[in-house]
Amino acid sequence: MKWRSAEPARKRICVCLITAVFGAALAGVAVGQDNHAVDEIQKYRQMLQEGNPAELMELKGEELWTTARGPKNATLEQCDLGLGPGKLEGAYAQLPRYFADTDRVQDAESRLVTCMQRLQGIGPAEATRGWYNPNSDLEALTTYAAARSKGHKIDVPAAHPREREALRIGEELFYRRSGPLDFSCATCHSLDDRRIRLQELPNFQVRASAQSSMVTWPAYRVSQSAVWTMERRLIDCIRQMRWPEPDYLSEAIVDLQVYLQHNASGGVMEAPGIKR
Amino acid sequence: MQTRRGFLKSSGGLVAALLAAGFLEPGDLRAEEWNKAAFETKKMEDLVKLLGGTGPAESAEVAIVAPDIAENGAVVPIGITSKLDKTRAIAILVEKNPNVLAAMFSIPDGTLPDLQTRVKMAQTCNVFALVRAGGKFVYAAKEIKITLGGCGG
Amino acid sequence: MGNPMKIRAKADGDLVEVKILMSHIMETGQRKNQAGEPIPAHYIQLVSVTYGARTVLSAQWGPAVSANPFLAFKFKGGQKGEKLKVSWTDNTGDSRGDEVAIG
Repeated sequence: MKWRSAEPARKRICVCLITAVFGAALAGVAVGQDNHAVDEIQKYRQMLQEGNPAELMELKGEELWTTARGPKNATLEQCDLGLGPGKLEGAYAQLPRYFADTDRVQDAESRLVTCMQRLQGIGPAEATRGWYNPNSDLEALTTYAAARSKGHKIDVPAAHPREREALRIGEELFYRRSGPLDFSCATCHSLDDRRIRLQELPNFQVRASAQSSMVTWPAYRVSQSAVWTMERRLIDCIRQMRWPEPDYLSEAIVDLQVYLQHNASGGVMEAPGIKR
Repeated sequence: MQTRRGFLKSSGGLVAALLAAGFLEPGDLRAEEWNKAAFETKKMEDLVKLLGGTGPAESAEVAIVAPDIAENGAVVPIGITSKLDKTRAIAILVEKNPNVLAAMFSIPDGTLPDLQTRVKMAQTCNVFALVRAGGKFVYAAKEIKITLGGCGG
Repeated sequence: MGNPMKIRAKADGDLVEVKILMSHIMETGQRKNQAGEPIPAHYIQLVSVTYGARTVLSAQWGPAVSANPFLAFKFKGGQKGEKLKVSWTDNTGDSRGDEVAIG
């Protein structure tokens, strides 16, 4: 992972990490659940489900998919997300996967960039410019692709040798402690019934918990007024651990997604979700 | 129905004339002027006074449907219903916001006094549903707690 | 012209249930950018929903309405197949209107 300075707009200190550090240090101390608070927060989340602004991104993504653009003046309708050219239904649920034509394991976003390059002649620098801005093209396209997998089961068997390797590296990254806080993903995400303040932490070692998390991404984050993709979420989490941020579309971030989606396989996609 | 000072300021007779002459389409937004003063009030009582009313008195006939706790103050879902006859206007106020008025709705005949939207809350405080029904202003209140969440779910 | 909104209008007996999702940043004017400069206020001020010549809802909003506003309400006497129009105007003078057939 190459060091890169965080984009100014995304620089935010997660004070909650102090709590998590103490929580991790006092191993075995169960964090109590205030049932009323939990119920009311569920009610809050429930009331947000209808009228998800991510639907607006879906509309935008659909428009981008079907509009001729770039030097080749072509649409993305022949884009192959793993199930064949133009086959969108259920494709997102099987990503990341190995693609022979690029000889890489790719997630949804990197594959969309490949398509923009090959079908439309739009170079990767242009395609990824401002990817982190709310309502960016890639945000919209990824939301659209994910929405077309709603109801499909996450299916990332990681059977291909390159996928197998990505899975191994992703797992390694998940458990590797590093950075000034000496955190790994597992520090917060490998225990049951843990939370940071009132935010539950999914346990990615448990299939049901991994599923309940992964099926809701990409998600509209009300705190950002934007849809965040899983890749975006992971990069930000890594930033909050005080690790160097992986590059957008880098192998490391794709490998980590392979590990998470593999663990969540079988979960039925609900995305796009809506969360705080 | 509009009182002399009008719940929503309009250009009155001029608008009617223009509508009749076909210069303005029904529902043309230029017919309605945004009430800047209303959106600068700091207290519900001041808003009611500005709108030409008195009180308001609390009413059990107005209900606020909202969670007790919001995970993020940027988006707090609020539903308001009124069982009062001739409910003509519903306003949503957030007690501790820099300006108390978030939104006000005109409920024409045939539209139910039952709506949902989402507002920003700067901090834990009361949300007020202010209703004008039968020419009188009444309200309901509900405290909503705003939490600081964790790392983001 | 503003971004397209998503409108769902469903007839259920005598009632039409309307659910609207608008695309708008609803910037309060209180936030500051990285350089410490205030980000200008940019928010919807006027909303109008019409069914033919009849206004079924109108509203005045301030910046405290959440970004990408959601609005739901019900009205009587709407017919399936007839058009419902939603319009908004914001404080910069920008506006948007979208129409949908009641389903």
